[in-house]
Amino acid sequence: MSDAKEGEGTRRDFLYLATGAAGVVAVGGIAWPLLEQLAPNAREVAAGAPVEVDVSAVEPGMQITVLWRSKPYFVRRLTSEELEAIEGAEQGAFRDYVSAETRLAVPGSEGDDSAEAAPAEWTIVAANCTHLGCVPTKVETGLEGWVCPCHGSIFDAVGRVMKGPAPTNLPLPPYNFASVNRLVIGEEGSRA
Amino acid sequence: MSGHSTYTPKTKFGKFWDDRLPIYRLVHDSFVTFPIPRNLNSFYTFGGILMIMLVSQIITGIVIAMHYVPEASMAFNSVQDMRRDVAYGHTLQTWHAVGASFFFIAVYIHIFRGLYYGSYKAPREILWILGVIIYLLMMATAFMGYVLPWGQMSYWGAQVITSFFSAIPLIGQTLHEYLLGGYAVGNATLNRFFSLHYLLPFMILGIVILHVWTLHVTGQTNPTGVEVKSKQDVVPFTPYATIKDAFAMVVFMIVMCYFVFFLPDYLGHADNYIPADPLKTPAHIVPEWYFLPFYAVLRAVDFNIMIPFTDVVLIDSKLGGVLAMFGAIAILFFVPWLDTSDVRSANYRPLYKIFFWLFVANSVFLGYLGSRPAEGIWIPLTKASTFWYFFHFIVIMPALGWFEKPKPRPASIADSVFGKEDGSAGAAAPSGATAAPETKG
Repeated sequence: MSDAKEGEGTRRDFLYLATGAAGVVAVGGIAWPLLEQLAPNAREVAAGAPVEVDVSAVEPGMQITVLWRSKPYFVRRLTSEELEAIEGAEQGAFRDYVSAETRLAVPGSEGDDSAEAAPAEWTIVAANCTHLGCVPTKVETGLEGWVCPCHGSIFDAVGRVMKGPAPTNLPLPPYNFASVNRLVIGEEGSRA
Repeated sequence: MSGHSTYTPKTKFGKFWDDRLPIYRLVHDSFVTFPIPRNLNSFYTFGGILMIMLVSQIITGIVIAMHYVPEASMAFNSVQDMRRDVAYGHTLQTWHAVGASFFFIAVYIHIFRGLYYGSYKAPREILWILGVIIYLLMMATAFMGYVLPWGQMSYWGAQVITSFFSAIPLIGQTLHEYLLGGYAVGNATLNRFFSLHYLLPFMILGIVILHVWTLHVTGQTNPTGVEVKSKQDVVPFTPYATIKDAFAMVVFMIVMCYFVFFLPDYLGHADNYIPADPLKTPAHIVPEWYFLPFYAVLRAVDFNIMIPFTDVVLIDSKLGGVLAMFGAIAILFFVPWLDTSDVRSANYRPLYKIFFWLFVANSVFLGYLGSRPAEGIWIPLTKASTFWYFFHFIVIMPALGWFEKPKPRPASIADSVFGKEDGSAGAAAPSGATAAPETKG
């Protein structure tokens, strides 16, 4: 006990610290698995593989909903009126402004000549409102494309937020067109 | 109030226990001889009613859990099968669902009673804070319980409420996924909510024990707000509170039974009889009625909060709404210090009394607004009503303590009961009246 010199730690001090440190490691070691088990499990993560859908039946003005990673995504083909309205929209109407071109998709894979003539008239966006995750309802009032039934957020036809509590635009998933009619969601490709 | 015990075991058996585990002494001291103010009115019976409601929810919950399957493809049908095929299944399931609503009716009356009579003031701050914790746990339990039947409202309620956590900067998205156990509300979410819905009521029970413990240390408040000063101010818990509480419970249960047996779905939503569909949000999604005021507060913030004169977003609309909603609950924790008046009861606070009823009306109105769609006139009204909710706590409560001139209070509880309401009394009440308290209810 008393073999320590003045100003030095005793063996008991050392034991206190060592026990304390071991205790912290033990608590951390117990807490970590208890918290980590809450994460999406391996099967859930593996189920994130890309999905391919046939969009040949989607005419202008129509919309389909595709599930990827158990979340819904809108695939909407815009009408010429909607495209015109978007063209003429003021930047000030949007909370999280980006240009419409960056959010419109052109069908057809890279190097596919048949795609050349296809216009950029596809909107492919996450179907969960960026506020609290409800699925917005499709509306056709020209510029406005979706209204969220939960808290009244309004998005334009390319998914840019205009009004309501949603802070950001509907996110774009990674996607590409394998061919003119084959859309792949979940896999990055070139966007026109 | 936790004075010395007057319990003396009468039998050998009682003596045996009293020397080893004095549990009967504890019950005797807490619920038989425990002194309560003699002027408690019916609003003070809701604590007992809440206790019964908690027990009723736990018992019905345990039995309906025996017929429930916490699995996304089977949960909805298991509840419907229980209602049709299990003996008394319909009654038990309805009792549990309607019981949740009545639990909240009782807790809201209990909370407003506390606000009216200043029950949170020293030395009862801990009592009040434990109560707010119980209320929070009740909300969490009720929310998770509502998800279990896996109907459309269950599913989208879960979607909306879990998304609150994704509003937190930096860690929000990960936290959200950890909460759900997936990228969207699904089977993993249902499973963990079932587990927690079973756990939380027992945590509530634990806090309730602490809540009652602090109550028995400080003693109850009463409609005059004047502390108990002498034996003339009190009556024993049994029979006075026991009978009064039992009577109130019976009346409360009669009303509840009317709903259970004749209006089982009145407080619910028709949409919850549609199985959960992750692709389609119901056109008009609203939470259960007891969350509506907070839901309105959430929707009131639909604008970004900027640093003045710049374009920098300080708090975006989503985080702002979530903060306002949690703030509306969290502010209750600070009520003991926001109220600066040293007069407890609103009966003697002419201005606070007006503002109290204004606050009650505003809270009910906020609930009504929460049930309206987020459009047109409802949006500005929601903002105004939300503003008043916070204004009441942050400005009115502290300010009234400084400006208000309270009415004279009675010198003691006995004085107020035996007709010396003018407060001038210092003398003892007529001994003839107090000598026979059993003749005065």
